[in-house]
Amino acid sequence: MSAPDVTRRRLLGAGALGLSGLIAGCDRINAAPGVRGLLEQVGDVHRVAQRALIGRTALAKEFAPADMSPIFRANGSTHVADPAYRAELGRGFAGWRLKVGGLVHRPLDLPLSALQALPQRSQITRHDCVEGWSAIGKWQGPRMGAVLAQAGLMPAARYVVIHCADLYGGRPYYESIDLIDAFHEQTILAWQMNGGPLTEAHGAPLRLRVERQLGYKQAKYVMGLELTDSLAGFFGGKGGYWEDVRGYQWYGGI
Amino acid sequence: MSQERDAGVADSGPQGGELVTRHRLSTRLWHWTNVVTLAVMLMSGLMILNAHPRLYWGEYGANFDHAWLVLGADDAEPFPGWATIPAHYSPADARIWHFAFAVVLVGALALYLVWSLANGHLRRDLMPRLAELSPAHLWHDIVDHARLKFPTGAAALSYNILQKLAYGGVLFGLLPLVIVTGMAMSPGLDAGLPWLTVVLGGRQSARSLHFLAAAGLVLFFMVHMAMVVLAGPINEVRSMLTGWYRLPREKQP
Repeated sequence: MSAPDVTRRRLLGAGALGLSGLIAGCDRINAAPGVRGLLEQVGDVHRVAQRALIGRTALAKEFAPADMSPIFRANGSTHVADPAYRAELGRGFAGWRLKVGGLVHRPLDLPLSALQALPQRSQITRHDCVEGWSAIGKWQGPRMGAVLAQAGLMPAARYVVIHCADLYGGRPYYESIDLIDAFHEQTILAWQMNGGPLTEAHGAPLRLRVERQLGYKQAKYVMGLELTDSLAGFFGGKGGYWEDVRGYQWYGGI
Repeated sequence: MSQERDAGVADSGPQGGELVTRHRLSTRLWHWTNVVTLAVMLMSGLMILNAHPRLYWGEYGANFDHAWLVLGADDAEPFPGWATIPAHYSPADARIWHFAFAVVLVGALALYLVWSLANGHLRRDLMPRLAELSPAHLWHDIVDHARLKFPTGAAALSYNILQKLAYGGVLFGLLPLVIVTGMAMSPGLDAGLPWLTVVLGGRQSARSLHFLAAAGLVLFFMVHMAMVVLAGPINEVRSMLTGWYRLPREKQP
């Protein structure tokens, strides 16, 4: 029994030594821009494969009321400090307007009632946070595609940038999706959750639901939609708050 | 040829002490690709798990729901920097590593399987023979392993039944499971392949199974390391690097 013990101890010693070197090395490799670029390029295979495999129209799974989470976790921003927002919150968003602009023929300035008057889509879907947890909830609102059709897209438009009322870590939250997801059947501007108006914690008065992507894409406190041909000019240029600040993937389908 | 090896008949075949070719190039390439790939997958996976170290069964699961496994103390990340990629807290960076190497893992596995099917490696070397699966034979091999008694001479050229079951379990069990459960966690793929989460019992079940499959691979790695050390690490590592293996000498009674 002593012989294997000695080898094991030696192995552990060598392992510990190698490990500390590896850790230092790994973080240096992790920080190298060339390595990062290569990894991101290889990883992009997933986006290309998913887009090819699932197509433009495949629907996210929809659930029955019995499948819903008893409590839907509110994450990220749950409170908006902006005084104008707080004033609107106090009066039921009576003076709130959704602005639609950028590369459109007819810029829009829509009150909540106009969004509620559009044909509604209601869906019970699973919200998957990038952290790993999931919650199932019911969302209702007009399809983003219907709102965009009202505004009329210019041919150069490629992305929808979603502007939000909240600051997170002192920076404005925003997100963006491409037109494939913007016109997807389940992509809605939800003003209702679980049968009632959205609460502040879940993004009142309006929240994007883009059901085939992760939670950080589901922007809360939506104030405006801006059509653009490039994401480079917005904030950090990577198409979203978490994309800019932490380097999360712009395509949140993985 | 392999029949003779199985029976331990060494008269006409290679003898103990001889240097023989052991591992094909395809096996060796895949093996070392896996060393790097699985290390990166595991360590970046632990970083991702740090973001929410609670595991659930079913379709949904978050902080208010019942978790079957909670790792670490309240709000502390259970996996330390030496075990994760990157060493500092960054699930975003970890995802970049995880998804890039996922492509390598799947690509290398597919190539290896096709190649090993074509060159007969799977059928000849990895597929258990009926006789090997008899309880008596299995028990005999388990006892031999427990006594650290390993095959010598030509018999050491072929995998014993415990090796076949372990390698087969990784190749056709743990690796496919870890890949499929990983795919099932993608909200994009779930839209196109809704049967993925149905088969696995929901997205959070897929996430739990992903963790368990990874734990199984770690267990395999530990046993594998122990066996390499016990069987003679220099000869074993050389054979996996160069293909050349010195047959253990038959013990003289």
